[in-house]
Order: sequence, then structure tokens, then C-alpha cells
Amino acid sequence: MPNGTPQTFMDKVQALDRRVVFLFIALAVAIPLLFNVVFSEQVSPIVGSIFERVDNLPEGSKVLLSFDYSPSTVPEIQPMVDATIRHAATKNLDIYIMALWPTGQNIADETIHRILEPEFPDYQYGEDYVNIGYKSGNQGLINVILTDLKKMYTTDVRGTAIDSIPMMASIRNLRNFDMILAFGGGFPGVKEWVLFAGDPGNVPVAGGVTAVSAPLLYPYYPSQLLGLMGGIKGAAEYEAELMRRYPRFETATTPGLDMMGPQAVAHIVIMLFIVIGNVAYFATRKKQTTGRGA
Amino acid sequence: MRRQVPLIITFVVGSVLIIAAFIPHYPFGRLGENFSLYFDIIAVFAFILGGGNLIRIHGGKFTRGIKLSIAAAKKTGGFWPLTFLIEFPFLAFGGLEDKRGRDWFFSFITLAGFVAMLYVGLFKIGNPDGWGGNVTHPLSTFQQFYIYMFNPLQATMYALLAFFVASASYRAFRAKSPEATILLATAFIILLGRTPAGAYATGWMPESLSFLHVPNLANWIMAVPNLAGQRAILIGIALGVIAMSLRVILGVERTYLGSDRE
Amino acid sequence: MERRAIWYLLGFLVVVLAFVVSTALKGFYITLGAFLTLSILSFLYKDNIFYKAAEHLFVGVSAAYWMTMGFWTVLIPNLIGKLHPPIVRPFVPAIADQPANYFYLIPAVLGIMLLWRLSPKGPWISRWSLAFIVGTTAGLNFIRYMASDLLGQINSSMVPLVVLENGSLDTLTSISNIVIFLGVFCGLIYFFFSKEHKGAFGVGSRIGIWILMITFGAGFGYTVMARISLLVGRFQFLLGDWLGLLG
Repeated sequence: MPNGTPQTFMDKVQALDRRVVFLFIALAVAIPLLFNVVFSEQVSPIVGSIFERVDNLPEGSKVLLSFDYSPSTVPEIQPMVDATIRHAATKNLDIYIMALWPTGQNIADETIHRILEPEFPDYQYGEDYVNIGYKSGNQGLINVILTDLKKMYTTDVRGTAIDSIPMMASIRNLRNFDMILAFGGGFPGVKEWVLFAGDPGNVPVAGGVTAVSAPLLYPYYPSQLLGLMGGIKGAAEYEAELMRRYPRFETATTPGLDMMGPQAVAHIVIMLFIVIGNVAYFATRKKQTTGRGA
Repeated sequence: MRRQVPLIITFVVGSVLIIAAFIPHYPFGRLGENFSLYFDIIAVFAFILGGGNLIRIHGGKFTRGIKLSIAAAKKTGGFWPLTFLIEFPFLAFGGLEDKRGRDWFFSFITLAGFVAMLYVGLFKIGNPDGWGGNVTHPLSTFQQFYIYMFNPLQATMYALLAFFVASASYRAFRAKSPEATILLATAFIILLGRTPAGAYATGWMPESLSFLHVPNLANWIMAVPNLAGQRAILIGIALGVIAMSLRVILGVERTYLGSDRE
Repeated sequence: MERRAIWYLLGFLVVVLAFVVSTALKGFYITLGAFLTLSILSFLYKDNIFYKAAEHLFVGVSAAYWMTMGFWTVLIPNLIGKLHPPIVRPFVPAIADQPANYFYLIPAVLGIMLLWRLSPKGPWISRWSLAFIVGTTAGLNFIRYMASDLLGQINSSMVPLVVLENGSLDTLTSISNIVIFLGVFCGLIYFFFSKEHKGAFGVGSRIGIWILMITFGAGFGYTVMARISLLVGRFQFLLGDWLGLLG
């Protein structure tokens, strides 16, 4: 403290050890999780438009799901993926899975293993869904497969020749898809899908992204982007709508909705900290100004 | 040769791709497609380059550290391997006098992780379908390493940011000026509006004031003023990317070539 | 100093014991995941040996992960399998009988030239492949940013400022459209630094700042949301998958 002035309560509050803040954040997340605090959600228009699009696609429509994220964003994006993949499978859509990120292939395989195989046993690999996996090149890859998908994808992840997969027979390039659902956590991601596939190829693109990227993508909605799920809130909204429209999912896992409890408490704690920080700041500043004035 | 050829390559490749967008027919369309295809394949060499660089840097650090540690153990006299073992924690974790050899054990951990992951991945260890199997098969050791090593490490690294963003907000987020106050107020509306807390806080409002319902307000902020601001930034960035691309293609921007001394 | 060393040793033993017990109860892999998660989280208290070890392990594992994925998903099927298909028969038999395509020598040579960067002699050789990468990126981005981000966004901003619905004024949509149009326009004015921000231009710039502040505020709110979600994910793993405390 300058000039050896004794520390007031507000000074101490301002100089609070950051580990105290850390502890509160940890508790704000852990306690609601332990007590399983769950709230209901209402679908917003930007998420609802994706839901409606998927819901209104005729049976057998071709939907491309691109897994462009890594473990660092799995908690946010995976709930969206789980919900949309369930929705698409319920509607009997043909699901094509690929990845612009190498980690996307691992996550896709894990998702198939966890959701599609046990929950939709009638869904047949190669006929109803296929995983063509990861290829490098970022936007360069999208640019290539916009005109010829088989130039980069010669096999699926299991090593089966792409031409011998029944559901690939009708696919020549990205223009053959009825919808692209890109799940992204950065570059390359939804933006690249809009720029290099959606706009030039006239293919409807919808996105599920991390909350960090979501505000950046709003300018594309609705003219260039069909809809957007931003962060865990977007996922929770989609899950809630899926449960409301399809009661068979009432007992399904809802990681998005489960996370909204800790999310809400943590937000409130952070807001309280900001308020306390500001009160302490203005109180000490006022004291300093009065001190100088005297 | 060292600078001219790369400049020519950039010019030809960049120009062909631009022309191909306007004349998507032979030969430009085909050339443009092939350039993109080659780009996709070359990109994967960057992964190998990354691994090679890692071996070079950490391999160097590790061997240097070991040599210096052995030298330090020998200096004490007696049977040096025994001294090395006893003094191991000191020698391995920052105890060496020579800075170049410090923390060599961490480099060893990096290399060990690298070799282990590469081994299970390249040799498809534990893959039920053998050499021809899917590298990311759920039962392969590579996938297990991915789920239980790569996954927690990366995810927790990013999760740490939750604590730091909270701490930084507490310390630095001050309503010092009208602009900062606008920022703070918007942040609060979004923080409340994106959680059920916002809906409960203003759920009592009458239908005529539904616009002020926090979730609706948050939706409006995202879809209108946020959109406007982001769009202005997006247009600015687009102008920057376009200008930079032109500078690169025309050879005005050459920094990517590095210095002449290379 | 000696007492401190004993504490460190005791702490280390506790960690080892906890690891062993957890492995016996929950299995090795999940214990490893929990141990690595806690090692990273330990940085919150202060920088320590467990955090540093985990951090270094992450670097090594990541680099190998990317290399492996690149090798099996692109290098084998898209390069070696194109240049000499029979060689990939044990790994991807489906493409082993296709004809060779020697045009793929171009990316192969450029790729090897890129790796030349690792060599102590002649790193300038990698410039050729770098030039190819930079040229392709510039060519692709030039067109797409122009069409989608510049023209596309300007086009989307041209919205009716007075919106009528069934003959009467749709106030909210009209206000929203005015905010969008003015916001974009004033935001761009703020970014225009070739003219002094005075008079009418200054007013525009000021409105631009306000709009940008709202944008940054929204961005901040969403960033907090994102970070908390990631933390919830880790807690779900620790409390649920590892300790089995979550229902």
C-alpha cells in the first residue's frame, strides 16, 4: 500500500488472492453438478431454424456432418452433435460424416460407437450412414470436394473403396448434399464451410459452434447460414426441442441441459465478482480522490 | 533462384486460382482443382515437419541435459552412476548450473509421449482389424491414448481459462468510461440471458414488455447490434485479406520467404 | 530444506498411492485421464512439477497424434497409394489395384522440399513449397472473401429501414434494420483512419465505437460461457466418470 496507509476492507477486497476466485468458480460448477440442477429451455429462432430444416427434410435426404473440433471444445459441441445425429437418424436421413480436423475423426468414431450403433440398431453402415473421415487441406479440401469428392476421398475410414459404398453412389460432390451441418471450434470451421461450400455451391449450411465463435458468425445468418447453435446454450435448446417433439428421447442423455445448471450458477458468480470488483474499485478511488482533495 | 522461383510459383498458383473462379473451364478449372488438391496433400507434410522440429529441439535439450548431468555427477568424484541416481531429482529438474541443460527431464517426457503415441498409432497397436483397420477404431490403443491422454490434457488446458477469465474480469473489468459501461452492461445481459437465470429473473414481466425479458433482449443484442459490429469487423478483415492476397500474389509482400541469409 | 524435501517425498508417495488405488478400482486408462486432468488443474495453485510434466507430455503426444493421423489418412491413401498403389495393399487393399498417377509426384516433391527445413543445409529449398502453400491460400481467399465477406455482407446490410406489415409499421423490425444499417456504416467509419474523426464523421465514429462496445460485450459474455462449459466438461469427467458421484 503506498505511503504506508493502512489497508481498508475495500483495498483488501481489490487485492483478493486470485485463488479465492478460482475456488468460488470451482464450487459454482461442482455443487450444481453434484445436485443435478436442471432447467427447462426454450428454442430460439436461430437454433429453431436448424431444427425445422432437419425435421422437414424428406426421408433419405443426404446430410453431411463435418466434425471440425477437438477435445478442447468437446463439452460444448458434442451435445449438439449427439442431438442432431439422433434427430437425423430418427428422420431416416442419410448421414455422411467427415472431418476437417484430425481429431474430428476420433470423435466421429466415438459418437457412432456411443449413439448410432446402440440407439439405432437398424441404421446400417454404408447404407444409412458412413464415416469418410479426415483429410488435410482445410479450405483447400472444401474447394476440392466442392467439385469432386472422390479426388480426396478414395476410401472411407474402414478402408472400403468409396465406389463400393452403396450410399456414396449418388454423391459426386458437395452440391449433391441437401444440407451441410458443420460443427466447429475454430479454423477451419463453419466460416470456411459458408465461404467455400455454402456460397459457391449453393448448399444450405448450418453450424454448431463454440460460444467463442458464435458472435462472429451472426452476420452470415440467415442469408448465408441456415441457423446457428452457439455454445452449450444452443445445444441445450436443440435437446429440449428434440425431447418436446419426440418423446422417445425423454430418457436419452441430455448433456447440454445438464450443463446449463452449473453454467447459470457460474455466470452469476462471475457477475457478482465483477460487481464486487467495481464497488471496491470505485470506493477506493473515491477515497483517493477525497484524500487528494483534502 | 532462391527468391525468384518462389515468387513465380506464388504468382502462377495464386493467379490461376483467381482466373479459375471466373473461367472455370479447361485449362484453368482443371489447374485450379489440381493446385487445391496438391495443397491438401502438401499440408500433411507440415504435421511431419512439426514432429521433426519437436525431435530436433527436445532431443537436443535432452542429450545436452544428460551430458551436463553426467559431467556434474562425475565432478563430485566417486562412482558417478550412483551419484547420478542419488542426485537425479536435483539434476533432472532445474538443478543444473548450466541453463542450457536445465529441465532436461521434461524434454524426456515430451519425447517419451511422442514416441509412445507414434508407436501405437503408426503400428496400429491393439487394432482389432490389424494393419488394414481404421486408425481411430474405438478399441485400438491409439484411440485409448487419444481418449485418456490427449483428450484430458487438451481439454483441461482450455478449461483452465475458465478460472483465468473469472479472475481477470474481477480485476480488470471496470466501468471506468461510458464505453466500458456499455460493454459491461451488454456482457451482463448476455451472461444472464444465455442461462435459465435470465428467464427466471424477468419471467414475471407482462407480455407487453416481453421485449425487456432478458433472454429476448440477449437474442436481440446478438442478432442486431452484435451482428452490425461483427459485420463491420468482417468487412474490414475481408478488405485486409483481399489486399494481402493481392500483395502476396504480385510479389509485393515477401516476408513469408524469410531472410536472405537462409 | 530437509523438512521440505520430506514433505515433497511424502506428497509424491501419496500421489503414487492414490494412482495405484484408483487404478485398482477404476482401471488404468481412466485413472491416467484423471491424473493428467488434476496435474493440469494443479497449476491453479501454483506452477509445479506435475503441471510441467503434463504440459510437456501434451506437446509430445499432440505432435505424434497429428503425424499419425496425417500418415494414415492422407499420406498413405492420397499420396503413396496414388504413386504406387500396390505398396499400400496391406493397409488399404481397396485402392491397391488402381492405376498409378504420376502427377502426384508434384505434391510429393514439394512436400519433401518442405521437410528440408529440418536440414541444417539449404533450408531455402523449403521456400518453393511454402510459396505454393501461400499462393494457393492467397488465390482461394482472394475470391471467397471478396464474394462472401465483402460483397455478401454489404449485400446483407442493404435492408429496408421502414418495414410495413399489413399496412402498419413494424416498429421492432424497422428499429432493428436501422441499427444494423447504421451500425455497420458507423463501425466502418470508426475503422477509417485516413480522415480525422471530427464533425459529422466524428459523430459516426462515436456511434461506431458504441456498436463495437456492444459487440465486444457480447463477445465477452459468450467467451465466459464457452470457458465455463469446458470446465463443466472436466468436472463431469472427474466427478462422474472417475469418482462416480454424478447420477
